[in-house]
Amino acid sequence: MSTASLSDDPKLRERFADLKPALTAQAAVIEADRCLNCFDAPCTGACPTHIDVPGFIKRIASGNLRGSAMRILDANILGSSCSRVCPVDVLCEGACVMHRQNRKPIQIALLQRHAMDAFHDSGEPVPTAKPASRKLRVACIGGGPASLACAAELVRQGAQATIIERRPLPGGLNTYGVAEYKLRATDSLREVEMIRNMGVEFRFGEAIESAAALDALEAEFDCIFLGLGLGAMQQLGIPGEDKKGVINALELIAAYKVGHIREMSGTVVVVGAGNTAIDAANAARRLGAETVYLLYRRGEHDMSAFDFEYQHAKQEGVQFLWRRQPLAIRESEHGRLLLDTVQMQQVDTKLLPIPDSQFTVDCDFVVPAIGQSPLAQLIQDLRGVEVHNGRIVADLATGETGNPRYYAGGDCVNGGREVVDAVAGGKRAALAILKTAEAAHA
Amino acid sequence: MPDISVRGFAGKINCPNPFWLASAPPTNCGEQIMRAFDAGWGGAVWKTIGEPVTNVSSRYSATDWNGQRIMGFNNIELISDRPVEVNLREMAEVKKRYPKHAVIASLMVASNRESWHEIVARSEDAGADGLELNFGCPHGMSERGMGSAVGQVPEYAQMITEWVKEKARTPVLVKLTPNISDIRTIARAAKRGGADGLSAINTINSITGIDLETLTPRPDVDGKSSHGGYCGPAVKPIALNMVQQIMADPEAALPLSGIGGIGSWRDAAEFILLGCGTVQVCTAAMHYGYRIVEDMAEGLDNWMRSKGFNTIEDFRGLSIPKVTEWKHLNLNFKIVAHIDEQKCIGCDLCHIACWDGAHQCIHLDRVSGPVNGHVELHPIPAVRETESRTAVVETPVTRKEREAAVHGPYPTPLARIPRVDETECVGCNLCSLVCPVDQCITMVRVDTGLPPETWDERTRGAACSTQTPS
Repeated sequence: MSTASLSDDPKLRERFADLKPALTAQAAVIEADRCLNCFDAPCTGACPTHIDVPGFIKRIASGNLRGSAMRILDANILGSSCSRVCPVDVLCEGACVMHRQNRKPIQIALLQRHAMDAFHDSGEPVPTAKPASRKLRVACIGGGPASLACAAELVRQGAQATIIERRPLPGGLNTYGVAEYKLRATDSLREVEMIRNMGVEFRFGEAIESAAALDALEAEFDCIFLGLGLGAMQQLGIPGEDKKGVINALELIAAYKVGHIREMSGTVVVVGAGNTAIDAANAARRLGAETVYLLYRRGEHDMSAFDFEYQHAKQEGVQFLWRRQPLAIRESEHGRLLLDTVQMQQVDTKLLPIPDSQFTVDCDFVVPAIGQSPLAQLIQDLRGVEVHNGRIVADLATGETGNPRYYAGGDCVNGGREVVDAVAGGKRAALAILKTAEAAHA
Repeated sequence: MPDISVRGFAGKINCPNPFWLASAPPTNCGEQIMRAFDAGWGGAVWKTIGEPVTNVSSRYSATDWNGQRIMGFNNIELISDRPVEVNLREMAEVKKRYPKHAVIASLMVASNRESWHEIVARSEDAGADGLELNFGCPHGMSERGMGSAVGQVPEYAQMITEWVKEKARTPVLVKLTPNISDIRTIARAAKRGGADGLSAINTINSITGIDLETLTPRPDVDGKSSHGGYCGPAVKPIALNMVQQIMADPEAALPLSGIGGIGSWRDAAEFILLGCGTVQVCTAAMHYGYRIVEDMAEGLDNWMRSKGFNTIEDFRGLSIPKVTEWKHLNLNFKIVAHIDEQKCIGCDLCHIACWDGAHQCIHLDRVSGPVNGHVELHPIPAVRETESRTAVVETPVTRKEREAAVHGPYPTPLARIPRVDETECVGCNLCSLVCPVDQCITMVRVDTGLPPETWDERTRGAACSTQTPS
């Protein structure tokens, strides 16, 4: 299957137009000129992939756009999607020294996007070492950012890498799980296409779910990188969760991104208060839902979503129901849903329901968004790979697991962070794999 | 209440303020000059009058820097392309309507006595308050034996000044070219020739840049370019130096109209502090229009008020004695850099500038090192960068992680606030120049316990001591 097999939907584009418009060429140069070019820059330090931020920005200022993109790709092969999805407020832009002078931080994300867009538009390939110049074959299980970064680094340095993905399209959450106004699925696929053109092989629709499948992989490859991500979304664990109209946040996001859902109407209740909950709530609004509630069992100050995401949701018209716990989902006589909830209160460290505070919300959709459960099935079958609280135990700096042939990185190790963390983990594992292989040959 | 008017410049030129428009496109015709006077300019030097020329299309180019337009400006335009009689008729009109403003005729004609006598008489008949001899134009006209071709040969400059003085009844200013190894030679020649004043500097020979697509230098005239004259903010330091050279030389010093990168009252004040009686502006007016003069007049007035100066003459030339030869500087004066931790934003540009461009005495070891320590071994900058680029860093995704970043007593983490090793600091100023924060790095005087001593004194002493035994 081609990685560019999603058609461009004009309606979707209109509803999910870029949250932040791209910089014009001149605006990019002016913004790039503002950068102080700090030594050992804090923005670079704050980036999990340590992109040389002043380095790529000053190349934009000088008009060396190809060099700028290369500088970014050197550190982060998914520089393009990261420029769109990174929570830069708590990363590079948050670390910008301009804050300490009460000045606006440099718009690093938009500048990075400017350089990467120019690179993608040029259609140039990413330079790699001579294909198969190293006798090293690695399988990367999972087609998300961690595996893509790991495979790309391996191929860049002359090894062979094969990505094995159970879904029909590669890119993982970049393709299926990011709000379309931040990163379009087609842009994610364009980036994956670049990695495929570097020489990374892809196998789609192949789920590794048995010991036999692992045996086969071990026979074919020298080592295996686990970029599995997280498991399915957690269930609310209340009666009525199987009713039609209950769709979890990731399913909802994936469905509209690939065109299976084109419109919503009526009232939508999203349960949860993380970044994915907000993405789902905003999506429901943009797809046409008149009323969207975000329902959370704790208060405003406890929500795990980033502040800018919370502010964004308010601008989109999402309404918040704080300290409400869902109890059950029922069907009304008109075929709508009735979500029974109760008001919660904090008593010391405990969260307790307030007696007689039940309240039922009439709605059309209930969207659970209370996090992804850890992967269980496959991991149990991995010999010698330690698993703790559903996470693979791996050395953060190298991705090494308890089994010398297995490496791991991304959400399955860190429990669920950002794309940029997955890229960093995948790349670090690739470097460790290459180093170990070199030592073995020497 | 300060008075910024000018009285008796170069003998008898009066105007409401020292701000003149230089001979250039902003003074091309009477209509422009009258609008300029309405806007507040005190005087105008008419675009050089002479036998009309034909100009080329595409005449200007500029140097942009760090996102700013026109740090420097270049032109290959020649003198006025309008007939002499039209210029002079309009000049008469301007003088009639604006009798209190200074109108100076800039002149350039063939190098013979009759031509100069004639143009001088006609200009003065039109009402010019003074004459400016254009010995400076560096392009085009010089190929025809005029402009800087005259201004680069002291004998020619003196001779033509003498011819003009035979005829002139108004003050004669000679405009000097900087395209010469010592500008004082021409200033002295003009003075010997009887000039009443000088204007300096004219534009500097330049090629501003090359279009990297077409490989043609700018400005592009049908695939070719020609060297032009450079002006604008970039040339101000060069102009200030030449002004100082002239005004500090008794054989050259004359009433001087300062030119070169002036665009604000600050620039003007600096030229006046080095002895200029009036200043001339071109590039800034071409960039922003005549209106810039409002702040120039207001700002100068306010600055004079704050300094207690009542007239231009009160501060004119005050900085001349503060420029001396290097050999008279005090070798025992010592300053060292001081970093204000409360102001530091942690860009660490001072650190890398000191390591790579100065004396390796600003370190990033505030966490461990003594503040005023002895000479130590410090990691080179590349080692530090490598360390931070291999560190495992994760996005703070939970509220707890985001709130975990706690700082010390300063806005910037202590590890990013550099430390100055004062024993090694030579007081070069580099760090304070690269620091983006005002007053964050200041240079603080250190008492060396030694009496002032100059190189001149030290070596003279040595010469004396070697002579003593004989």
